[in-house]
Amino acid sequence: MNIVTKAVPADLSDRARRAAKVAGEFADAVDREGRFPREGMDALKGERLMSIQVPGELGGEDASMQEIAEVCAILGQACASTAMTYAMHQIQVASIVGYSGDSAWHADFLRRLCDEQVLIASATSEAGIGGNLRNSVCAIEVGGDTVRLEKDATVISYGEMADAILITSRAHKDAPPSDQVSTLFLKGQYTLEHTRDWDTLGMRGTCSDGYIFRGEAPKEQTLPRPFAEIAAESMLAVSHLLWGALWYGIAADAVNRAQSFVRAAARRQPGSTPPGALRLAEASSLLQQVKGNVVAGLRQFEAAKADPDRLSAMSFAVAMNNVKVGTSQTILTIINHCMLINGIIGYKNGTPYSLGRHLRDAHSAQLMISNDRILGNTSTMLLVHKQDTSLIG
Amino acid sequence: MSTAETVREIVAKHGKLPVDVGSIADDGDLYSAGLSSFASVQLMLAIEEEFDIEFPETMLNRGTFASISAIAKAVDTICAEQQAA
Ligand SMILES: Cc1cc2nc3c(=O)[nH]c(=O)nc-3n(C[C@H](O)[C@H](O)[C@H](O)COP(=O)(O)OP(=O)(O)OC[C@H]3O[C@@H](n4cnc5c(N)ncnc54)[C@H](O)[C@@H]3O)c2cc1C
Repeated sequence: MNIVTKAVPADLSDRARRAAKVAGEFADAVDREGRFPREGMDALKGERLMSIQVPGELGGEDASMQEIAEVCAILGQACASTAMTYAMHQIQVASIVGYSGDSAWHADFLRRLCDEQVLIASATSEAGIGGNLRNSVCAIEVGGDTVRLEKDATVISYGEMADAILITSRAHKDAPPSDQVSTLFLKGQYTLEHTRDWDTLGMRGTCSDGYIFRGEAPKEQTLPRPFAEIAAESMLAVSHLLWGALWYGIAADAVNRAQSFVRAAARRQPGSTPPGALRLAEASSLLQQVKGNVVAGLRQFEAAKADPDRLSAMSFAVAMNNVKVGTSQTILTIINHCMLINGIIGYKNGTPYSLGRHLRDAHSAQLMISNDRILGNTSTMLLVHKQDTSLIG
Repeated sequence: MSTAETVREIVAKHGKLPVDVGSIADDGDLYSAGLSSFASVQLMLAIEEEFDIEFPETMLNRGTFASISAIAKAVDTICAEQQAA
């Protein structure tokens, strides 16, 4: 298969770069203070980038996953917390756009998303189940035309700043843990009782505190398709691809900083190659692997996206899991290389060569749905899945 | 015993469902009955063993394991192809 990748329209990358510039200016402050990246997110809204995935007929721009991934990669180079907030929002938009069927309520919501550039948070994680998002303890109560839900959500990124939360639960009180639905609650329809602080090593600006969520909303706000389908066909793949894109961005900026360091050293002593140059070459090779991994995954997604059978195929799930595990591990090696190149000036905060924030942010990648859990799932699938040994496919 | 009946027995044994398999119709949705992706792989392995078949890659998707009748249909298709070959 030879799919020509559509180049991202200049306009879209320009808008993303303008927003990234703002996000980058505040990245250190956001990290230090562990606060919401307000400036970067406002800039994204100002560029109307929150709604690019929404279909044109509802006021959006029909952006492809590749285009959204490019925005995530651009943001990742400036401020990982802004990039992660944006990526998580787009993952929720993908579920709503793809899985609300002919629900008029959701179509109206998507129009509102375009008009008001609203921010959507996600609550899949739950006390007692950790990152196993295909299981829920809590159940939504259906009474007449109303649904009610209480969930002990261990982590809801930017929960207090969001305009809406897409939240998973069992489909009804007698449903088994894996029979889940996803409901979009709007601000004003829920309360968040703060239970856990987010004072972390990295990704500090995502403000991923824990809450007891209590909500009540009209029944029509539950997505009509089962969450099992949404997870298998969209959410897992889109998460791994958009996370991969922004993780690539973090690593790419680290390599940029290491390259500036090596070039500055080379300029000071023309004629001799600085000692870090070899390691930089190695880091560049690893960065290319990460990029190749993410881009190949995006192409596979674009090729499969119209066909639910291909999206829910084991071969596809294995490939997406591999994108996640591979990129999350390799970016750490890359940033570590960059740290060795830059030395103490990279270890220090507040220099043009600083890498502490990159390294700390990047450490979240292997925990965000634990790599061990993902490898466990892949290993189960490999009991039956036969690998495709062709090169081009 | 029909394919569907054999499949039903295997689902009962390996499906790890939280409900009685007797309460699920042949075309009832196994995922909403609680079939996990891990159990679906175990189920697949047990069926391959029982019918002495191998599921081709094209059948390794959610649809194939959505119900007892969907599994039985897949098994019959594979068996017919193996006999024709
Ligand atoms: C920056 C960031 C933002 C996040 N934002 C959100 C959000 O907005 N909404 C949300 O719902 N969640 C969010 N999460 C949570 C995330 O999606 C996972 O739920 C969480 O990272 C997993 O938490 P855990 O490590 O405690 O749990 P677990 O998944 O239970 O893992 C705990 C440990 O146990 C081991 N383990 C557990 N199960 C297995 C298994 N089956 N196989 C092998 N090993 C296993 C692993 O080694 C793992 O390290 C966020 C996480 C991060 C890092």
